[in-house]
Amino acid sequence: MRRYLIKNITILILLLFIISLTVFAILFVLPGDPAQIILGINATPETLANLRAELGLDQPFWVQYGHWIGGLLTGHGSRSINYDMPVYDLIVSRLAVTGPLALMAIVFAVIISIPLGIYAAQHQNRPGDLIVMGFTQLGLATPEFWLGILLILIFAVKWRLFSAGGFPGWDVSFGGSLKALLLPAFALGVIRASIITRLTRSSMLEVLREDYIRTARAKGLKERTVVYVHGLKNALIPVLTILGLQLGQLLAGAIIIENVYYLPGLGRLVFQAIGQRDLPVVREIVVFMAAAVIIVNFFVDFTYAFIDPRFRKR
Amino acid sequence: MSSDLIIARDLARYFPLGGGLFTKPTAWVKAVDGVSFSVRKGESFGVVGESGCGKTTLGQMIVRLLEPTAGQVLFKGDDITHLNRRELSPFRQKIQIIFQDPYSSLDPRMTVTSIITEPLLAHGKPTKAHRRQVAADLMKKVGLRPDDQKKFPHEFSGGQRQRIGIARALCVRPELIVADEPVSALDVSIQAQVINLLGDLRDEFGLSYIFISHDISVVEHICDRIAVMYLGGIVEVAPTELFISDQRHPYSATLLAAVPRPDPNHRIQPAAMEGDVPSPIDPPPGCPFHPRCEHAFDRCRNEKPKLINVTDEHAVACFLNDGQGGVK
Repeated sequence: MRRYLIKNITILILLLFIISLTVFAILFVLPGDPAQIILGINATPETLANLRAELGLDQPFWVQYGHWIGGLLTGHGSRSINYDMPVYDLIVSRLAVTGPLALMAIVFAVIISIPLGIYAAQHQNRPGDLIVMGFTQLGLATPEFWLGILLILIFAVKWRLFSAGGFPGWDVSFGGSLKALLLPAFALGVIRASIITRLTRSSMLEVLREDYIRTARAKGLKERTVVYVHGLKNALIPVLTILGLQLGQLLAGAIIIENVYYLPGLGRLVFQAIGQRDLPVVREIVVFMAAAVIIVNFFVDFTYAFIDPRFRKR
Repeated sequence: MSSDLIIARDLARYFPLGGGLFTKPTAWVKAVDGVSFSVRKGESFGVVGESGCGKTTLGQMIVRLLEPTAGQVLFKGDDITHLNRRELSPFRQKIQIIFQDPYSSLDPRMTVTSIITEPLLAHGKPTKAHRRQVAADLMKKVGLRPDDQKKFPHEFSGGQRQRIGIARALCVRPELIVADEPVSALDVSIQAQVINLLGDLRDEFGLSYIFISHDISVVEHICDRIAVMYLGGIVEVAPTELFISDQRHPYSATLLAAVPRPDPNHRIQPAAMEGDVPSPIDPPPGCPFHPRCEHAFDRCRNEKPKLINVTDEHAVACFLNDGQGGVK
């Protein structure tokens, strides 16, 4: 177990390093001078050179990279050009929206998909299964922004149960903030549930055909025990993998849905930053997104060990 | 009658072919079609036959892993054919099964203790200490080291895994064990060990076996009576010794002739039988064996022979010699 951990943490750190290097290098060779963007096109060459020196832009690549990565690690990263505040603080404040949104979406997805997937597997090729599969097909084909708008129309405009968008902030109103995230999280969750339902179904079907399921039945166990203890836990590994990937992606920002609901999340931040050529923000968010995906997957790998003892002894 | 532990009456199982949600099956596979037999207490009853003759389906119907299409299973006189899950529970305890493949039939996620003693959970609420104790005792009985309790199935060899499967079956103190090809996935050297273990356990626990195998030499070693299956039906039943010396059905004779004997003077006769088992989807008319039988005559092609007692203990389904069978 310890060797497994050390190996995986080493890989994790290496990956993060490669990502940061790649992102930095791409933005380094990108045309466009940050000093020029800050000072505008009317700046004199002298003031430009001064600002470049101040920002450290005249230094060689490795020095700049080292400076940047050192800043990231100590929590004093670059400043946003637009907001004139540390990008780090920006990300943290936006994560307070995107993080809960992503988690709630995953919770919705799991609550909907796992029971449906098991039900469909147990009723393979019977009407119930076909209906569930039909709905997942529909879910896969539905764009999430459209579902978001539909939910606004029904729950906000027609029934007036939710506000149509915006976010009050956690310190202003906890309940109100939670409520504001409910519809977008549901829209995100339902779409993802379609994939997970199908995956759970096929994984369960495979496991339920295994000989050890027959053994469990021969032992005289209750059908519930057979399906959940012997079936589900063995079927869960591919499902967990995909759930982890989805959580990573959601953390990386549900750009469209945050725009539909006017949520001040990471997705909207990066969307605006791209539009405004706020390169430090773009750079650090991209690194953060990649890191989020990798770290979530790291923890998913880790949970395998709890589900499957065969992973533990490696 | 009172000594009969289990009785199968006209058991049949058909599997549908084709057909979907709105369409009817296009054909039926008659995997088992009208099989009757009984097993006495303490007896080992062997079922032999080629692949696809319905042996496994028969075994799974006895333990009710498969629902019979027709017929009855009586355990100590109680009809268990149509019991629902809850009613079946006490019988599950009495009838256990050992599976063919020791690799896939154990849940890879469970420790040996859990695997062996899980049946206890289905019939009560055992404490952890009790489960450990039971597992250790059973592991000793089947020749495993009790120290290995906390290991997982993938840490054992095939023979050891089959011993785990046997310990699991013994856990609830069954009276009947259906052993479905328990040794065919094992090395020959291990086969003998496992067979002898099964024999010892029978004597110790007073078990009865229904022993399913395609290997007649394995069955004759452990079984008191042997039934030969062909294409979903029993063609001959006899006590082992009588069967070896005086088999009456041509198919039984061919099966026995194919067994290698450790005797340098014994020459294996060239295969007396050609072709494959006919498809159970479209069985031949008359005797199912007639297309491969060198003794077949007109009646065999038109009429299906019934299993008829030749003596009290010996029954055969063959028209030869006025229903007495016999090819010698």
